[in-house]
Amino acid sequence: MYGFEAMTFNIHGGYLEAIVRGHRSGLLSAADYNNLCQCETLDDIKMHLSATEYGPYLQNEPSPLHTTTIVEKCTQKLVDEYKHMLCQATEPLSTFLEYITYGHMIDNVVLIVTGTLHERDVQELLEKCHPLGMFDSIATLAVAQNMRELYRLVLVDTPLAPYFSECITSEDLDDINIEIMRNTLYKAYLEDFYKFCQKIGGATAEIMSDLLAFEADRRAVNITINSIGTELTRDDRRKLYSSFGLLYPYGHEELVVCEDIDQVRGVMEKYPPYQAIFAKISYGESQMLDKAFYEEEVKRLCLAFEQQFHYAVFFAYMRLREQEIRNLMWISECVAQNQKSRVHDSVVFIF
Amino acid sequence: MAGSSSWSQALMQISPYTFAAIGIAISIGVSVLGAAWGIYITGSSLIGAAIKAPRITSKNLISVIFCEAVAIYGVIVAIILQTKLESVPASQIYQPESLRAGYAIFASGIIVGFANLVCGLCVGIIGSSCALSDAQNSSLFVKILVIEIFGSALGLFGVIVGIIMSSQATWPAKAV
Repeated sequence: MYGFEAMTFNIHGGYLEAIVRGHRSGLLSAADYNNLCQCETLDDIKMHLSATEYGPYLQNEPSPLHTTTIVEKCTQKLVDEYKHMLCQATEPLSTFLEYITYGHMIDNVVLIVTGTLHERDVQELLEKCHPLGMFDSIATLAVAQNMRELYRLVLVDTPLAPYFSECITSEDLDDINIEIMRNTLYKAYLEDFYKFCQKIGGATAEIMSDLLAFEADRRAVNITINSIGTELTRDDRRKLYSSFGLLYPYGHEELVVCEDIDQVRGVMEKYPPYQAIFAKISYGESQMLDKAFYEEEVKRLCLAFEQQFHYAVFFAYMRLREQEIRNLMWISECVAQNQKSRVHDSVVFIF
Repeated sequence: MAGSSSWSQALMQISPYTFAAIGIAISIGVSVLGAAWGIYITGSSLIGAAIKAPRITSKNLISVIFCEAVAIYGVIVAIILQTKLESVPASQIYQPESLRAGYAIFASGIIVGFANLVCGLCVGIIGSSCALSDAQNSSLFVKILVIEIFGSALGLFGVIVGIIMSSQATWPAKAV
């Protein structure tokens, strides 16, 4: 019953919630980011990070450091924490934690299929996959020629199997079809996750509905902007929008007919939460849109920690960590390429 | 004794000893339920939070002690109540005075039991939040402790009323 979770949540979830809140206190703060932004070389970055929780992961790296190594080790820390929480969790928390990684699985599947299409080596592609989205038999993806084979050979045994019913065609895989497949899978995944959270009920359902609705709306806007000027028909575009969220269904009707960014802005400004985002970017500029969306997402994720006795803190923590890794990647790239003036273009402070 | 309905007759035929004994059982049993509930709620959060912030363990045991106090209230009242349970001659067992004494002990037990149940729950939930906040920011501990103190006063109210209630549980004197 909503409101009385405090009485029984701690039986199964109390320990893990306390652990995830402890991890959250280890996220880098604005002061850490300021120090990192002032670094001159990647070794300086490594030295600053060794004073934070990333220390044990980076200290054994040999001196000519690459940005990919830094990102890989930081991701490894996230994976270790995730696996530790997953093995301690009971139902329904364990299913919830697994749902968080399906997005990465979808990205990995698309990465390997695209790479195979462009004749890259499978081993090289496997190394680029996100570790949270790995599953057995992922290497077999390189063999498939079209979506039906993809499903039959590999994906029917993975948790992604139920998301495929909407996008099985016999067409051969090419770039456009793969992007459509990615978006269709992600839409099915978001709707499934949403239904699962509704089934859990209580504070988890309320907070996750808000976070997932924002995610669905953000994807709708990105799909619209990316498909302006391509051959994607309006019906196909409409099929890629999720069937929940603030923009459903009237916003989607309006987005479907948009042909340029200013029309998109016109649609979004009718919704107060998104009006604030679009007011930050001036007319005709879409590069800052990503950063504005990330900032809004981080704000909402931090709010999830204000309430106790629900599962959304786990989701929020994973997303905040991923944002932090993105920040570190951007900072490292700027430092490595000597473009320190652009460092603040894309770093989103969490605290 | 012409009862107006069969239910009221049935109720008045139940021995007051039954009511008194059940009251004593509830006073200790439900209090301990409340205390245990509160302790597990606090304890699981405390253990998890202490992994990243080991300094919180000794201070936050106060929350567990407050929950334990609730169980002790239940034991004290149960002991007091059981000294009030006296035998009366068989001819007087269904006199109004006897029934009154039995009901008084029963009510005292219910008061104490349920007041301690919710008090234990309250202190437990606050203790859990206290442990998690203390792990992030140690200046919050004392302020949240004040909330817990107010919460534990609820159990005390129950004990006071329960003892007052039971002090007037007088069985009829032996000689009629």
